[in-house]
Amino acid sequence: MDNKVKETIEDKINNDDLHLFMKGTPLFPQCGFSSTVVQILTYLEAPFSSTNVLEDEDIREGIKEFSDWPTIPQLYYKGELIGGCDIIKEMFETGELQEELKDIINN
Amino acid sequence: MAIKKEKLEEIIKKSFPEASINIVDLAGDDDHFSLEIKSSKFNGLSRIKQHKMVYDALDGKMGGELHALSIKTMSEE
Repeated sequence: MDNKVKETIEDKINNDDLHLFMKGTPLFPQCGFSSTVVQILTYLEAPFSSTNVLEDEDIREGIKEFSDWPTIPQLYYKGELIGGCDIIKEMFETGELQEELKDIINN
Repeated sequence: MAIKKEKLEEIIKKSFPEASINIVDLAGDDDHFSLEIKSSKFNGLSRIKQHKMVYDALDGKMGGELHALSIKTMSEE
């Protein structure tokens, strides 16, 4: 992977506690899986930043290699990948996500 | 791009012969599946690692031949 792409990704996941790589934007998600994650984070009132991978082909391919994870969306918390749509949904349903994000929600 | 449910099951079973597997073709189009897999190989691993093992078993097909696969992994603990 290009070093510049790697640095861009590292900046994104380190600058904000919660960062979502998604298709589209939180207001206009362009994929059902991305939309689901946005809805969960919005419901939890968890502040997050996002990257629209559809606008940057280098990031779109780079993030898959960076995370060793083949699909979008990808949610990063404090610099670590915590899941794609299935995992986030499951963690939300079991309450684990609320626990994991407790530092940044309800504040 | 599409893949038959039977083929998908065969691929998963190759890496997880011990697992109980349930695959549903969600839209009937060989392109949107859900996979539930329960295996002792997942014991003690994070969900991320469990899902990565499934992706590894699919050997690059995810995002290629396989457009949409929803995965639920369960350990035997």
